[in-house]
Amino acid sequence: MKVLAPLAVLVALLFAASLLIGPADLTPGQSLAALFGGGGASEAMVLVMREIRLPRALLGLLVGGALGLSGAAMQGFLRNPLAEPGLIGVTGAAALGAVLALQTGAALAFALALPLAALAGAACAVGLILLLAGPRGSTLTLILAGIAVSALAGALTALVLNLSPNPYAATEMMFWLMGSLADRSMQHVWLAAPPILLGCAALLRLGRGLDALTLGEDAAAAMGIRPTRLRITLILGTAAAVGAATAVAGAIGFVGLVVPHLLRRAVGARPSALLPASALGGAAMVLAADIAVRLIAPARDLQLGVLTSLVGAPLFLHLIWRSRRDEA
Amino acid sequence: MTLLTLDALTVRRGQCPVVDGVSLTVAAGEFVGLLGPNGAGKTSLMRGALGLLPHEGGSSLAALPPNARARAAAWLPQARTVAWPVSVETLVALGRTPHLDGRPGPADRAAVDRALARMGLDAYRNRDATALSGGEQARVLIARALAQETPLLMADEPIAGLDPAAQIRTMEVFARLAREGHGVVAALHDLGLAARFCTRLVMLAGGRKVADGAPEDVLTEANLRTVFGLYAHVERTADGLVVQALGVTG
Repeated sequence: MKVLAPLAVLVALLFAASLLIGPADLTPGQSLAALFGGGGASEAMVLVMREIRLPRALLGLLVGGALGLSGAAMQGFLRNPLAEPGLIGVTGAAALGAVLALQTGAALAFALALPLAALAGAACAVGLILLLAGPRGSTLTLILAGIAVSALAGALTALVLNLSPNPYAATEMMFWLMGSLADRSMQHVWLAAPPILLGCAALLRLGRGLDALTLGEDAAAAMGIRPTRLRITLILGTAAAVGAATAVAGAIGFVGLVVPHLLRRAVGARPSALLPASALGGAAMVLAADIAVRLIAPARDLQLGVLTSLVGAPLFLHLIWRSRRDEA
Repeated sequence: MTLLTLDALTVRRGQCPVVDGVSLTVAAGEFVGLLGPNGAGKTSLMRGALGLLPHEGGSSLAALPPNARARAAAWLPQARTVAWPVSVETLVALGRTPHLDGRPGPADRAAVDRALARMGLDAYRNRDATALSGGEQARVLIARALAQETPLLMADEPIAGLDPAAQIRTMEVFARLAREGHGVVAALHDLGLAARFCTRLVMLAGGRKVADGAPEDVLTEANLRTVFGLYAHVERTADGLVVQALGVTG
């Protein structure tokens, strides 16, 4: 509780900042008037607020929350602080779907063709994972199946890039793969919100089981946790949340890995307490990074995923350094 | 009151039965020591009885739905896993998992307090459970199983790796639980402590039950020789049965 309230305030502030910062020079008053349809807002202002900034801020909230939460759930389930949501191959497969949509030109057919193709990719990956590590698989099978699916999706993505008809198409795909929230519409929000919210709701219910897993699989099962149900809920919840997040925003790295790490001590290391905290922390990190992208290089179209990795990797190194010192 | 009934329980690993047609009942008030050399099937017997391993034959516990079973029997596995640096209090409170319906209430906190007090861990309450010594961690994990407050407690080598005083204190905790009307089943390797504290011993060899009864009837020189390959000094003293292995036969 001590952690959740400040995090919620931080997310609310960043969400507001995300709405108020942008290349269109609007005062906060004008922005809010345009957003809520008050008097004195021009049609252009209303368009900027409702069709550009609002979807961007909402997606930052949803995508960040999905990544943080599924990262915490995955680490809790595997009892490994190095686990991240991409481990089950959904991120890679969604990226492959998106790249295929760009390659075949299907992305131009209608506005949501690309995210839908990415969702289809994620769904294929989940099907494959469930087939390999579903009802009777072990934790190790799940990890191995995830690695195999990721590797396959990565190889196929590289193949598509390799065979891309012209450098311009290849660049477009590369940029998409880096992850961004720029130029998304409310349509993207409506597409991504249901699977993300459903996935997050499923993952938030895993707290009790993940706590029990602290004592190992045998002890957890003897305390009334159903291991198969837990594993399948985890796979489906992560796939829905991360698959939809990747479908609309591309592959945004390091959020799912670093955020649970940063918050673990603060919540007393309890996996159930880490779930909501990481959802808020992930949202804060993605919103902050998305604001930073706009402030640092507004004209250069700096990609969000590049920034999260640039910030995330040194942060991660620092955490390793600190834990090394704690052990010494 | 019967807490556990096994009816010709068989657990197979591949084709080979590691527990072979064991029938057993455990009643309230009993502290049953499960003896047998490595690979005799002690762990598989308990895991099969709890429904954690596929099995043939009947087990009254395995027949229950998971949550009801978790309220009927607590299980302390041999592997001492503490995956995250949680506080001792948080770890012990995990034992309340099967009783929780939402947030832990006063009854849960009272159960945690009782378990900590029983294991003499009050001073450790706020310590990081992963930073404790192996023996302290073992005691914390026993407290977790006690906090579950089930009629039956099953423990796999609960005193392995504890110092002699902690071993005796733990055996006393189990014996007192039994006197208070719980049932305890523990796989043990220390024949001397098993002889002194258990109310009943069950000896396994090759997955079969070879002896079942009061300590002095099970820990005979003949049984120790054929099952463990040991010759031992067995004597009834004023302090109870004393068993000391002296050497290996053959």
